[in-house]
Amino acid sequence: MSETEALKKKDFQSDQEVRWCPGCGDYAILSAVQGVCADLGFSREGTVFVSGIGCSSRFPYYMDTYGFHTIHGRAPGFATGIKMANPDLNVWLVTGDGDGMSIGGNHLAHILRRNVNVNILLFNNEVYGLTKGQYSPTSPVGQKSKTSPLGSIDRPFNPINFALGANATFVARTIDTHVKHMAGILKEAAAHEGTSFVEIYQNCVIFNDGCFDDVADRKIRDDMTVDLRPGETLTYGKELDKGLRFNGWGLERCSAEEASTWDATVESTAPAVMMGELANEAEMPRPLGIFRQVEAPVFESETERQIALAKEAKGEGKLRDLIFQGNTWEVE
Amino acid sequence: MTTTKEPGSDLPLQQQESVVIRFAGDSGDGMQITGNQYATTSAVVGNDLATMPDFPAEIRAPAGTRAGVSGFQLAFSSKDIFTPGDRPDVLIAMNPAALVENIKDLKPDGIVVVNTGNFGDRDLEKAKCESNPLLDGTLDGYRVIEVDMNQRVKEALTETELKPKEVQRCKNFYTLGLMYWLFSRPLQPTEDWLKEKFAKKMHLAEANIIAMRAGFNAGDIQELFQGRYEVPKCDVLTPGTYRSVMGNEAVAIGLVAGAQAAGLEPFLGSYPITPASTILETLAGMKNHGVKTFQAEDEIAAVCAAIGAAYTGGLGITSTSGPGVALKGEALGLAVSIELPLIVVNVQRGGPSTGLPTKTEQADLLQAIFGRNGEAPIPVVACATPADAFDCAMEAVRIATQYMTPVFLMTDGFIANGAEPWRLPEVEDLPKFTKEFRTDAENYQPYSRDENGARPWVKPGTPGLEHRVGGIEKAHLTGNISYDPDNHEFMTHARQEKVMGIANSIPTPEVKGAQSGKLLILGWGSTYGSIADAVERTNEDEDKVGRIHLRHVWPLPNGLEEIFSRYESILIPEMNLGQLARLLRSEYPKHDFLSYSKVQGQPFRAYEIAAKIQELLENKS
Repeated sequence: MSETEALKKKDFQSDQEVRWCPGCGDYAILSAVQGVCADLGFSREGTVFVSGIGCSSRFPYYMDTYGFHTIHGRAPGFATGIKMANPDLNVWLVTGDGDGMSIGGNHLAHILRRNVNVNILLFNNEVYGLTKGQYSPTSPVGQKSKTSPLGSIDRPFNPINFALGANATFVARTIDTHVKHMAGILKEAAAHEGTSFVEIYQNCVIFNDGCFDDVADRKIRDDMTVDLRPGETLTYGKELDKGLRFNGWGLERCSAEEASTWDATVESTAPAVMMGELANEAEMPRPLGIFRQVEAPVFESETERQIALAKEAKGEGKLRDLIFQGNTWEVE
Repeated sequence: MTTTKEPGSDLPLQQQESVVIRFAGDSGDGMQITGNQYATTSAVVGNDLATMPDFPAEIRAPAGTRAGVSGFQLAFSSKDIFTPGDRPDVLIAMNPAALVENIKDLKPDGIVVVNTGNFGDRDLEKAKCESNPLLDGTLDGYRVIEVDMNQRVKEALTETELKPKEVQRCKNFYTLGLMYWLFSRPLQPTEDWLKEKFAKKMHLAEANIIAMRAGFNAGDIQELFQGRYEVPKCDVLTPGTYRSVMGNEAVAIGLVAGAQAAGLEPFLGSYPITPASTILETLAGMKNHGVKTFQAEDEIAAVCAAIGAAYTGGLGITSTSGPGVALKGEALGLAVSIELPLIVVNVQRGGPSTGLPTKTEQADLLQAIFGRNGEAPIPVVACATPADAFDCAMEAVRIATQYMTPVFLMTDGFIANGAEPWRLPEVEDLPKFTKEFRTDAENYQPYSRDENGARPWVKPGTPGLEHRVGGIEKAHLTGNISYDPDNHEFMTHARQEKVMGIANSIPTPEVKGAQSGKLLILGWGSTYGSIADAVERTNEDEDKVGRIHLRHVWPLPNGLEEIFSRYESILIPEMNLGQLARLLRSEYPKHDFLSYSKVQGQPFRAYEIAAKIQELLENKS
């Protein structure tokens, strides 16, 4: 860890030319991540960025850390192997709505339920970018694209509720245009022991430009989003004068004074799921921030614990004992 | 409880060189346990042996039906043997379905022991027997021993508190006891095993021991047989310490040994699949040896995790069967491209698709060598026998780590579940091939190559060597993304030449038997035993044909061209439609390769190959 103290944001920039489209939301995310790496004092050598396939998955090439650009949808498998083989590494997994929710949906669910200590950033732009504009598993019904000329008839996945359904222990959402919020969420994700899942609304300027404008546009953002801050009230608006409260099996708008206090640490996923469902309700703010933040055993630590227990119970294994075990006999 | 009579009672004791027994019953009858116990005991008394389990894919097919028949054949001998035998000398049939499914294989004049307790009308109906095979002439020409085992075991266990159902579950041990008597084997090894197995349910251990002793004593008391046999200790085996080992177990231990030889921590990513699952189970039980196992959500995640571990500096391993290899294909291409070591164990089974999950086949050879998109060469090492799997696993690790490449380790259902004596190596006598990691940042280039064509292996966590790898084509030396046409051609050749260069590190296989002449018999994988046996029979009086076995199937070893040129024809028995023959025809176009194919989910019998050799020799003379 010789160089950790002095590292600045630019020290995490690799020498490779960044090849995203001009204006892509990925640039802001890359910049935020590099800043967070410096702020948190990460070492370059101890950090690994793993990705699948897609625009977002080019991310590791632009980080001056260890990086592994793998195959479509399977990054969770690689990340799990990396963490199990060396739990000391600081592992980040970058994926998108196609890579993570479609071809890799299975693996994403399983890494979340296992609670491997990996930070997952899912760039959601509701479209396939690298293959040039087909609808994705998060595209809303009716979205017109090259492969859905009459509008998509697929009911979309909601990444937040997908993660909650897999019993993820840290679930959050942020926006590419809200750099300060994003940095705060990334730091919380990094601090979490277990899998952190962060959905990042990310604008694709070429194939789905403005898809989050109804909530992310700077002019309306404060009124159209509510930041889930654990332990704080559910207030929003430029003046924090609006509120949200639980009422039976639903959420409703209320004054700031009447707003409920947000608790992301309850064992039940129910309140977080209710928040997640606010995704497409008119008149309601879109939740950002931390949906869930609970403690649970970490997969690779449990692996190490069992190995230590086995060694304690049976003694450090010797190869000769494996070879010579059971009934043996001599031939003279 | 009756006491066990020691071998050497009144009946005449005859010496026998080799015996083949087949236990056959319902899949719930415990035939696999019975067979494995018989094998262990035969090993302990010093016989050479080979076993061949044959069971259905269904865990419990409807009881008593032909689909539910489970068999276990073993050969034990005072001579060096290569196979579990062609035809059984003794068949034990626990019910009508087991009898009619297996009787055709029994040697003429062979002994068939029948459990008459399961030959009621209902049993015959379930086995779809229109008449009772005990009465309709089916058993003419065999020595039939009828025992009502259901009744005998019930009598033996009257004083225990077992429920009737539990009592009946002891009858395989009655059978085992009877067979121990017939071939003069001790009961002690099985008694010890039962006491360990049922340490927490001692009453079950005791009940099974009583049943086994009752079976043993029945041999004497009831005078079922005309005599007893003895198969003396095998004294032609190389001196040393031996134990019985099954193929999947040998693979598991060999991989741990290989990891140790390379100085790496083993990591297995796997997904349960017949007939490979016991590799995962065995390694999962080796945690105190520092083995990490990961039961993934699917075959793809399993191999990806193994590659992740390799990326991190561990020995990445994935174990599977053919359908799993199909799923792993894309990830294997990545492993080829990023040039990391990886062991892929393919315990082959009958295909295509789900095929015959519990049966054996060798039809994944071309899948292993060529079955990926792009030019993606992967070396292939194939196990010949259960014990050979240990050495082959170590060899696969050597190649993977010294050449920074994924390696296929091929076995099959026959090897996986079969057992044979293993001459146990001392750890200090095992090969060593310590792998060095790159830690020096000076002049580091991720895609530079050493004399083997291998790139440096760097553990994440090493300061100053941070770099990025991925499946996109990489520039020579720097490893940066490159779409340059000449670079792609250069890198494609570099990967190919690296893998083909492995041939320079492997010995030319030895030819046994005739060193030149009309016919060379060539095999790979588990046909080894049947070929060896068939050629020994053919060459009994004089060396008529030669035989050669390929442990390294890809790249092919050097020196084969010269060997092939000494024979008129080369016969290749394979449990596929001639995949190796097809490969050799393209690699060595000047020679005459004859494919002898068998795809029945069953290994070759030595007599089948011997007959083929005979036919070819006659046609040539």
